[in-house]
Amino acid sequence: MAKAELPLHAPGTQLDKGYIGQSVPRANAQRLLQGRGSFIDDLRFPRLAHVAFFRSPYAHARIKRLDFSKASKAEGVIGVFDGRSVAEYCTPWVAVLAHLKGIKSPPQHAIAIERACWQGEAVAAAVADSRSQAEDAVARIEAEWEELPVVVDMDEALAGKRVIHPELGDNICFKRELDTGGVEEAFATADVVVEDVFHFGRHTGVCLEGRALLADYNAAEHSLTVYHATQAPHMMQDIFSRHLNIPEANVRVITKDVGGSYGIKVHVYADEMATAALSVMLRRPVKFVADRLESFVSDIHAREHKAKVRLACTSSGEILAFELDDLTAIGPYSVYPRTSGIEGNQVVNLTGGPYRHQKYRAKMHVVFTNKNVTCQYRAVGHPIAVALTEGIVDLAAQKLGMDVAEFRRKNLIPDDAYPYTFPSGIKFEKLSHHKSLNKLLQLMDYQELREEQLRLRKNNIYRGIGLAAMIEVTNPSPAFYGVGGARISAQDGATLRLEPTGMLTVMCSVTEQGQGTEAVFAQVAASAVGVTLDKVRVITGDTAVTPYGGGTWASRGAGIGGEAVLLAGRALRSNVLDVASQILKADKATLDILNNEIINRLTLETRMPLAELGRVAYFRPDTLPIDFQSELTVTRHYTPRQYGFTFTNGIQASWLEVDPDTGFVRLLKHWCVEDAGTLINPMLVDEQIRGGVVQGIGAALFEECLYGPDGQLLNGNMADYLVPMAGEMCDIVCAHLETPTRQSQLGAKGVGEAGTAGAPAAVMNAINDALAPLGARVTAMPFTPQRILKALGKV
Amino acid sequence: MEQALDTTMTVNGSPVRRRIPARQHLVDFLREELGLTGSHIGCEHGVCGACTVRVDGDIVRGCLMLAVQANGCKVDTIEGLSDSGELEALQKAFHERNALQCGFCTPGMLMAAQDLVLQKARCSREEIKRHISGNYCRCTGYQAIVDAIEQVLNGQG
Repeated sequence: MAKAELPLHAPGTQLDKGYIGQSVPRANAQRLLQGRGSFIDDLRFPRLAHVAFFRSPYAHARIKRLDFSKASKAEGVIGVFDGRSVAEYCTPWVAVLAHLKGIKSPPQHAIAIERACWQGEAVAAAVADSRSQAEDAVARIEAEWEELPVVVDMDEALAGKRVIHPELGDNICFKRELDTGGVEEAFATADVVVEDVFHFGRHTGVCLEGRALLADYNAAEHSLTVYHATQAPHMMQDIFSRHLNIPEANVRVITKDVGGSYGIKVHVYADEMATAALSVMLRRPVKFVADRLESFVSDIHAREHKAKVRLACTSSGEILAFELDDLTAIGPYSVYPRTSGIEGNQVVNLTGGPYRHQKYRAKMHVVFTNKNVTCQYRAVGHPIAVALTEGIVDLAAQKLGMDVAEFRRKNLIPDDAYPYTFPSGIKFEKLSHHKSLNKLLQLMDYQELREEQLRLRKNNIYRGIGLAAMIEVTNPSPAFYGVGGARISAQDGATLRLEPTGMLTVMCSVTEQGQGTEAVFAQVAASAVGVTLDKVRVITGDTAVTPYGGGTWASRGAGIGGEAVLLAGRALRSNVLDVASQILKADKATLDILNNEIINRLTLETRMPLAELGRVAYFRPDTLPIDFQSELTVTRHYTPRQYGFTFTNGIQASWLEVDPDTGFVRLLKHWCVEDAGTLINPMLVDEQIRGGVVQGIGAALFEECLYGPDGQLLNGNMADYLVPMAGEMCDIVCAHLETPTRQSQLGAKGVGEAGTAGAPAAVMNAINDALAPLGARVTAMPFTPQRILKALGKV
Repeated sequence: MEQALDTTMTVNGSPVRRRIPARQHLVDFLREELGLTGSHIGCEHGVCGACTVRVDGDIVRGCLMLAVQANGCKVDTIEGLSDSGELEALQKAFHERNALQCGFCTPGMLMAAQDLVLQKARCSREEIKRHISGNYCRCTGYQAIVDAIEQVLNGQG
């Protein structure tokens, strides 16, 4: 089955194919535009208490004494708690997965006991009537510390002179090696070998809404309702249930509006678990909203990597082999429940991914350090793998004197080679690298741009073009987490209910954080059933209401949740036609649904409105045959089965100017051609890509969590940690190819992370292209003016 | 004992009289005391612009102004400007172009954009970008926002 054709009308009729492929504005944006969204901090509850955390000022220190005597007496204080008291209500966790062989991590508590392992780790909590009173109380907590030696450098951590968790034996959380064989020979016989070392700065998501939850324990019912800014309500339901010892069905997680997530809000955070535990302990609602300063030291960080990559090729430009040695540091704990081994694992899986070489060898180490923890953030591993691949590919082309586009064309996996297994073992169902490259070159007018670049160089204007081909993991099966033992659903479900008025209610387990999930589900549901979009209401983010499912991560919402909605919609359509056939005493095969009406499938003549059908089905079923029951609520589920991951592909290009006197980079234009299969709402897809590209540009040019040698975060506030603002951004041109996945009827692949995956590489290659005539090259992100000037020998 | 001051202001056209702790930010007062939760708190150090409100006709950071400093002032928030219809054109353009995703920055972004609309009849794209460069958006990449503002200002974009 290829691209969905909806609704399923008689052959030859010229009917609207539904809303699939239409750029319909999101209905749920209206409330946000009027300031009527419902974020966690907007909720008002009786007896609501507020928690603030006392966080370690040291990167590694033993807690010798905590004195709460002054804090407990502060105005409005309900209680002050240490790790031991909270541990009586919340069990610790260990973030390992069975399929990441050998991964290890120590138990982590909701509030640290005995020892803090990074600056910002919570070691006590103050609960008060207001947040300001809780913060006042925190300021009155007295602590005595014994500073311990810190490990902040990755190489030092790997060498293991000082071991952060002595019981683990060394600082290695996880390591992996991969070898296809024949790599040594390929490098020995290659005409050209290039190698380089790339550095990636640690950065973070900076969701504009800080992490937030409001936990409301009801002692009478032994039930817990958590209003949670999370991407995965069912996963959190399971975790609150198991670690707080409350039956699963007594835990309800409600996710209303979420102010940005990007992967940051899919993890288990110790302070959030502590908040839920405090609600149980105090038998009342407790709210925690991370303020900006604590967000920087406690939201997961990501991407601290140092990697050496080598490429072997022939003199005619055929890539023979890739070799990778990656080192990444994750802080003192692997993050629960996804682990912090996944990003490095992805780098191994994906490096070299667009190309057709057969020899590949990789080595990767994930090490513990005394910095904030790292875990999966938008595009997980892809920005590293794409930058390593595309950076070394450009270097090879440069050495061969070949045009970078031509070099790629020579090596990209041919469009007719699928299904295809890449040397790392990952399988591609169907990709379109060559079509994408051609479309990109045409879109950006590559030749003309090259000529312009040459002309301007004569005037000492240094502009560069950077290309970045990419592959991207989307629509993951249980291969991502479930097979390793994580209780994270790879399946999602949708319930569709036809209301008596003919309106359609959709309840889906995939959540909305602004990417437009609810809008695309409405489009799919309306199309599948045959109603107009104004009749559809979508509900997500409530474990007590929606079917069970994984939520939003790994670019899976449209592809997996959308398919569940489609399947439910088709089933409901059939059920509605059963009812219609009874009411109208007509053969079901002659009927169809279009624009909220039952029609004659062939003549298109209206037979009855859905509102009339709903009235009869719900209020006058006595008029229907005695053995007939109408079923106007349908639930369907979907999980991808044929492939572990549904890979997408795309290619980006950056056009920019480097000022060799100041080191500043001015972005001029950016292009992205992406093949995400069936496009449900092209406008929303474009906006996902643009937003993702800009996050990737942030990584390339601005963003880095800078740590001092003592493990102190030096720029942990929004003024010092730079992110892209409107003034620095250029326009981003998007174009699409549509190679639907044949695993589903809808054919949609994921798209939310594509922009972030490829943009850093495109910008890096463009900067190096601009700097090439000056003999300079940069390989450490972010490419700050200082680093560029250093490369130019000017500072 | 926390110091508090009797304060009077006009919020979204209605008179408000409260005894306000001297240390309370304007945006905390609007959110916590008046339930006007449309103005959001993103950084509390004046960088992100999510708390942008209008005081006596000028846009200000609600986290950098104390509530008691608004004594005698006219304060307008996203709720007021939505109900009065003042933001209608911008809201429509933002909606049509999907110039918002999570929507957390949106109220502040609209307040900043409306400030430009009131100041200028026409505007270049660069001027629009400069004007909203004090408002942080992590989702959109800004292009759709610039397009939407341009559409309202210049009837195009």
